Amino acid sequence: MAVSDGKPGILDRLAAGDTLIFDGATGTYLQNNGLEPGASPELMNADSPETVQGMAQHYFDAGSDIVLTNTFGGNKFMLKRYGAEERLYELNRAAAELARAAAPEGKFVSGSIGPTGEFIEPLGTATEDELYDTFAVMSKAFEDGGADAVMIETQLAIEEAAIAVRAAKDATKLVVMATMVFDKGPRGYFTMMGVTPEQAVEGLEEAGADIVGTNCGLSIDKMVEIATRMRAVTDKYLVVQSNAGMPVIRNGETCYLDTPEFMAEHYRKLADLPINILGGCCGTTADHIRALVQSVRA
Amino acid sequence: MPITHEGLAREFEFVTNPGERKHIFEAIDGTAPIMQEMAYALIVGNNTEVDRLTQEALAEGFTANQLLDDGLLNGMAIVGVKFRDNLIFVPEVLVAARAMKAGMTYIEPILSASGAEPAGIIIMGTVKGDLHDIGKNLCIMMLRGAGFVVHDIGVDSSPEDFIDAAEEHSAHVVGMSALLTTTMPNMGRTIATFEDMGMRDEVRIMVGGAPVTQDFADEMGADAYGDNAVDAVDKAKELVKLLGELNSD
Repeated sequence: MAVSDGKPGILDRLAAGDTLIFDGATGTYLQNNGLEPGASPELMNADSPETVQGMAQHYFDAGSDIVLTNTFGGNKFMLKRYGAEERLYELNRAAAELARAAAPEGKFVSGSIGPTGEFIEPLGTATEDELYDTFAVMSKAFEDGGADAVMIETQLAIEEAAIAVRAAKDATKLVVMATMVFDKGPRGYFTMMGVTPEQAVEGLEEAGADIVGTNCGLSIDKMVEIATRMRAVTDKYLVVQSNAGMPVIRNGETCYLDTPEFMAEHYRKLADLPINILGGCCGTTADHIRALVQSVRA
Repeated sequence: MPITHEGLAREFEFVTNPGERKHIFEAIDGTAPIMQEMAYALIVGNNTEVDRLTQEALAEGFTANQLLDDGLLNGMAIVGVKFRDNLIFVPEVLVAARAMKAGMTYIEPILSASGAEPAGIIIMGTVKGDLHDIGKNLCIMMLRGAGFVVHDIGVDSSPEDFIDAAEEHSAHVVGMSALLTTTMPNMGRTIATFEDMGMRDEVRIMVGGAPVTQDFADEMGADAYGDNAVDAVDKAKELVKLLGELNSD
């Protein structure tokens, strides 16, 4: 973002060589704070604003430089499942305003755009225009709500991610980040739709993303492998948001077992590559973020 | 004898595991040229071609079972191997499944009119609180392709929904899907409800979904875990076989 008001933006900080710290898990936090399994997290932006703002506060307090809005499933297709597609702009803007209200001076808010869960025609029934429109409305809502950036995350198909990047670029002046989620299969790392880490970097940068990377899906040691491959094919800024391991069940509850100490060790490796923005995904808590801050700022 | 259709022969080379090579080769070896053409059209996802060939083969007097076994399923077997081995991904499987469906449109009515026994009856659903269905739908397409009768109870399905459907359709297998780590435990709750209702021994239960693992399936007391849609078909076959052996004792 341009330095319109004299304060350094995300890209200014990165250009100065800083490693920026993203937040921890959103879903995990909200479930521990009143979100019923299966309920819409995005409706909390209207119905439980204090919880959503509290979450942003919680991560800023832990040392996050950038906090994501509670809008991962805030696209038209997901909201429709809850009969809330008419509230597309309202819910996304409210989320940005809540995170902004919690942000201390010099800290950043990034909108979050997750996958729609749709396939683009002819593979599926969604049209490119429909996707573009929903992503453009979301991005504009983030900007109007005071966000600095938009993070297009956990993407599976390069086509959908690229449409989102273009929509965000066209509709706003926000910094645009995009990440994809990989699986480890018999032939290595691919997204569900068959995209490699190298293809992700190339495709997302070509679409116009300022910062690209990977999030979710794997434990942090594997994220180091993916990030190393991404770093080998680009000199641009990279971002990694890692889960606290893979989920396991203990006494009927879903748990993530990777400790802050274990993750900190690997965050250090990521920072050395260098990966420019580091954060947590599913299962990461304020403790993980504190350990991350310590490991890269020590 | 080599596989006579050039395209199919090329596709067959993607099967590298010796056991699988033998198995798939024996299934294709000696099948009619039009069946091999159909298998190839399915692998490359050409649904108009599968549609055309199915009609043509039926007109020529091939039976519905021949079309299914020699044409469509031989093609699907290679699709399954390529998918598992990361040679193709979800988009290619989706178009192959669509081609399968094009053929099944003609074959299914004939099979059901003839009173042929299905490979098994399966209830498939996404567990309570979870609205994701891409993986489940992919599994259903593959299961139907493999000859199973599948009753899809949709997303956000409660333990009672699974039990009611299993009773209503006298299902052999209940398949549960979850994408969210938060809804994953509902698989265990559903299994517990089957136990509470005294129905656990009547069905075999398989689970799958992105965050689900074999360990997780074991811990919950599921009978099988499917790592992907192809694996789900293999597991369903095993479970039906096992159930048959139990009942014949």
